[in-house]
Amino acid sequence: MAHFDTTTNAGQILAAASGGRRRRGDRIFSNAAVVAAVTILALLVGVAVFLVTEGFPALTASSSELPKGESFISYVAPLAFGTCLAGVLAMIIAVPLAIAVALFITHIAPARIAMTLGYLVDLLAAIPSIIYGLWGIFVLGPAAVPVMKWLEEKLGFLPIFEGPASITGRTMLVVGLVLAVMILPIVSAVAREVFSQTPRKLQEGAQALGATRWEMIRTTVLPFGKSSVISGAMLGLGRALGETMAVAIILSVSGGVTFNLISQANPSTIAANVALNFPESSGLAINALIATGLVLFAITLATNFIARMIIARSEVR
Amino acid sequence: MSSSRWLAVFAAACALVLGLAACGGGESSSTETGSKESSESAGGGAPSSEASGEIAGAGSTAQEAAQKAWIAEFEAANGGATIAYDGVGSGGGREKFIAGGVAYAGSDTPLSESEGQLAAAIKRCEPGELVEVPDYISPIAIIYNLPGVEELKLEPETLAKIFNQEIEKWNDPEIAKENPGVELPETRIVPVNRSDESGTTENFTDYLSKVAPKVWTHEVSGTWPVKGGEAASGTSGVVEAVTAGEGAIGYADASQAGELGKAKIKVGSSWAEPSAEAAAKVLDLSKEDPELEKGQKNVIAFEIDRKTEASGVYPIILVSSLIGCTKYKSASEAALVKAYFEYAISPEGQKLAAEQAGSAPLSAALTKKVEAAVAAIE
Repeated sequence: MAHFDTTTNAGQILAAASGGRRRRGDRIFSNAAVVAAVTILALLVGVAVFLVTEGFPALTASSSELPKGESFISYVAPLAFGTCLAGVLAMIIAVPLAIAVALFITHIAPARIAMTLGYLVDLLAAIPSIIYGLWGIFVLGPAAVPVMKWLEEKLGFLPIFEGPASITGRTMLVVGLVLAVMILPIVSAVAREVFSQTPRKLQEGAQALGATRWEMIRTTVLPFGKSSVISGAMLGLGRALGETMAVAIILSVSGGVTFNLISQANPSTIAANVALNFPESSGLAINALIATGLVLFAITLATNFIARMIIARSEVR
Repeated sequence: MSSSRWLAVFAAACALVLGLAACGGGESSSTETGSKESSESAGGGAPSSEASGEIAGAGSTAQEAAQKAWIAEFEAANGGATIAYDGVGSGGGREKFIAGGVAYAGSDTPLSESEGQLAAAIKRCEPGELVEVPDYISPIAIIYNLPGVEELKLEPETLAKIFNQEIEKWNDPEIAKENPGVELPETRIVPVNRSDESGTTENFTDYLSKVAPKVWTHEVSGTWPVKGGEAASGTSGVVEAVTAGEGAIGYADASQAGELGKAKIKVGSSWAEPSAEAAAKVLDLSKEDPELEKGQKNVIAFEIDRKTEASGVYPIILVSSLIGCTKYKSASEAALVKAYFEYAISPEGQKLAAEQAGSAPLSAALTKKVEAAVAAIE
């Protein structure tokens, strides 16, 4: 109830400044905005409450009661690791690509090509994740097999390409690539939007001082768009962390914590693990799965929080 | 001002959440009673036909194809009957049945005492009794991808070692000695397992632990116990992975194996191939398990004789059961469950399942026993 009073106060102040009609419109708008904000908060709190209450029995249960007879921490740790690994891998591939695509569309390509390319990139976002999953196992996975064999032979001294290379291509590397394609449109859309808004004055100023196109981009466009690109990347990371179907279909999940990206033994991700095991689970096993969901929720919150901090710091500068 | 406003927003959010939670709780209980009522009234509304009304079942995805086929035929024959089967998985089906959400369940493993589910199910059926009968038997094939190798023979112990990752190359002497005259390549063996929890895995690991206890020391479970193999989701995923990977070997429902090579397994002194007859025969040789039956006369649960040495038998099978009660809230609901169960286990129903889902029909001897149990439904 309290917030209605405060809005009326604000309304009264506004009303004093202008006529009565404006006052009513303002009140409706203000209330609608408050309701929207409250709904979002309520949803968020609701999800958190659900995760905590349903996951609680698994968090407090002894390890012998839990499925697989191990403690919840040792159950969730490899999953959390797999989730972060897949997400980070996708980001490493997608973010530079997305920035390059956005720069090409906004600053390099001729207008007509830029528009078509923009549409095409946006179209990637419209493809359902299950289609990406099927594409991953039927096309990208088999196509990646010889590449991964080559990586094992030539770069096998690196822990990430240690091998033995998978014979089916259902590896973390392929999952990272698929996730990268999935988040590319999100990151590039945000980057494109902000790059195109770089003040003309700055760009022309840089060029007047004799900067090449690349120097102009580096000194004006990129710094201007930095914080938005970071938030776009975080949106993408959020999707990559939570992606379920594509990962569940593609990834051969039979390993623990490993950085080896090209073998058949990969850590599962939290979301994929829930999707794979929920149908046949009952009792405490379901609580355990929901509790892993809580961990995913916490990871996502933490990454967003860190991103906000990075943005805030870069803005101060 | 702004801080007090945010406080207000937060307070309102909390209030809304509490409200939603209260609504949610109320709703779920009301829908439960609602569905019971509706099934009752629908059944009561059509007394002229014996099998009419609506029932819902849930459970095993393994028998989902068979259930769909039975339901289509059954509904065509009984105009007033509607049956819905939801393939939520065996565990989910058992849980829904115990909670009273569905009239019957399909499960790849019998109800057992380990999670207290057997006792809970018996309680759910009071004042009637629990009914649990096998209705779906399916051979699990060992599928492999080795170009040029038409026939592969494996001893149970060798099979267990392969899936336990103890044998790593196809030309290992242990495999070679069972396959004289076959040119085995030096390819790496990649065992493929299910990444999701499944009844197929549970039945296969049960087989391995019984026939090769020295090698297979893992616990029997629906989730694959060995780390580091190739894992794929669903039967189709395993088949796809084996098809894609040269040197791969996996286990999958025989009806889904397609063109892939199926290994012959040593049973006694002969080599057995997955087939409907060979699979159905196992249950005739198996004993009923008193622990799983708990003195319930309408529960037929087997301890599958995986170690059988009889010829013409294929012991790597999955047995899925129907779970129901002898008494329901209304006589018409019971009549509908009974009529449907009778159809599913009848030779016609079993033949339909064999055609549509590739299962192995129940043997004549077992059909008799199962019919007697289903007849107890009032």
